[in-house]
Amino acid sequence: MGKKLLEVSALSKNYGSLQAVNALSITLEKGNIYGLLGPNGSGKSTTLGMVLNVVNPSKGSFQWYEGSLSTHQALKKIGAIIERPNFYPYMTAIQNLKLVCKIKECAFDNIQEQLELVGLWERRDSKFSTYSLGMKQRLAIAAALVNQPDLLILDEPTNGLDPQGIHQIRELIIQIAQKGTTILLASHLLDEVEKVCTHVIVLKKGVKQYEGTVDGMTHSFGYFELATNDNTALRKLLENHPAVGTIKEENDKVIAYLKQPLKAEDLSKSIAEQSLYITHFSKLKPSLEEQFLSLTEKENS
Amino acid sequence: MIRLLQIEWFKLIHHRISRLLIISYFLLISLVALLATIKVEFGPINFYLAEQGIFNFPYIWHFNTYMIATLKIFFAIIIVAMIANEFSYKTLKQNLIDGLSKKEFLLTKVYTILAFVLISTLVVFIVSMTLGLIYSDYNEIGIIFSDLEYLLAYAVKLFGFFSLCLFFGVWIKRSAFALGMLILWQIFEGILYGVLRWNISASMAEKVYNLFPLNAMGNLIKEPVTRLSAVQNIADQMGEDLSKDYGVNLLEVALVLGWSFVFIYASYRILLKRDL
Repeated sequence: MGKKLLEVSALSKNYGSLQAVNALSITLEKGNIYGLLGPNGSGKSTTLGMVLNVVNPSKGSFQWYEGSLSTHQALKKIGAIIERPNFYPYMTAIQNLKLVCKIKECAFDNIQEQLELVGLWERRDSKFSTYSLGMKQRLAIAAALVNQPDLLILDEPTNGLDPQGIHQIRELIIQIAQKGTTILLASHLLDEVEKVCTHVIVLKKGVKQYEGTVDGMTHSFGYFELATNDNTALRKLLENHPAVGTIKEENDKVIAYLKQPLKAEDLSKSIAEQSLYITHFSKLKPSLEEQFLSLTEKENS
Repeated sequence: MIRLLQIEWFKLIHHRISRLLIISYFLLISLVALLATIKVEFGPINFYLAEQGIFNFPYIWHFNTYMIATLKIFFAIIIVAMIANEFSYKTLKQNLIDGLSKKEFLLTKVYTILAFVLISTLVVFIVSMTLGLIYSDYNEIGIIFSDLEYLLAYAVKLFGFFSLCLFFGVWIKRSAFALGMLILWQIFEGILYGVLRWNISASMAEKVYNLFPLNAMGNLIKEPVTRLSAVQNIADQMGEDLSKDYGVNLLEVALVLGWSFVFIYASYRILLKRDL
């Protein structure tokens, strides 16, 4: 087990009668890449705001570094960007990063390397106010990395960017992840999370729906997509099959979700025994997106 | 403490308008020296300000601290802006995320105010000392260094006023509105005094009025003009008695320090409670 960077226990936040975060408990360990998933308004940003010392929790607690550091001391050792990049518009990139270094009490040595990493070294002496949104966002990443953080927190880092900007930021995140930095990536963009994360935490209306590995979340028994010359007979067969759970029919294809492991050849054999002729047959695994949707939708229905 | 001062200094020095205001402020203080050169010679009228006794020790301490304190509005603008900007740029949020605590954040502002008050007091001391040494009729050491409590009153007056600016900045979050609030507050104190005077006795109203923060700050250094012998002579001839206590009252100093504490602590509580 890795070193615990952050432990959140039963953390809640309400704004008046609105419960933004409800008794949330999560643990972040060193070396993992976490995706914090949830639809808009599910409490992702509020949760991050609380552990980052800008939102006061209503109930519950959290501790950094197993309680060995106070929150603001711990924050000097992590890097975070939230929602949109906030810098002093009248200062240049270099000046802004120097100020961040003074606050974080780290040396200036790392500034050039980070500005080069995000491709802003050429524009280092331009005022922040002259930057495009994509550049601002990249400067925010440079600022978050300037202290060589133990944990990098990214809240919707590609929000509001054009496709090129999104691509650049994603490449950056993958690069950073490959260097072994622990990352917490909050997003509602699932492919983004699926590409880089090892672990996911799913929130809905401030309540945790899932916490575990990405593999664990997508790892179910899978499902079959089938079509035969007689789909009514096929459905009958599936309904009586012990390994099959729910059955749906879409575009003349029968979709059978498994509740137990079932090999493709075993199923095709049973179908053949019923003298049905297969026109379509595939065994599939649900994507993170499908899993996510089923997790966040199930209580609505 | 040095680190926190450095952080705020870094923010201020790169801000063009703040830089401009700070420089103009200290230039203006130094320009008081130019008053000495005011000389009017017009036929029989022969007026030379430096010879009217305003630069005599120890009166100069009183006169200069009173006059120069009016320039504090320059730095009031800087303070309000340096706080309101942190809200409008959302850099307060970023500072906290980067690892500054809310207390440290407020301390960067308070230390900056303190440093500024000390530097300003030092400049007033140097300017007054120089002018006095050139123009004063009395140059005995004992006289030069008497009445120095005016410098203390000056420092406390500035600190109190800037603490109030800090509080309005944190509370209102917008420079223009916070500065407007300062003016409103001044009017509010006046109205409250009027209401009190109407409802209770004048002497009682006066006592309560003296407790109000802005008025308490104003009371620290009494107006020095009627203390001038020239003015007093004229008053004597007209049968008016202008003599009053021009000294610095330590109770009043303590009162303003008390208000400063209230304003800074209230700013801290507001900051602590607020979600960003």
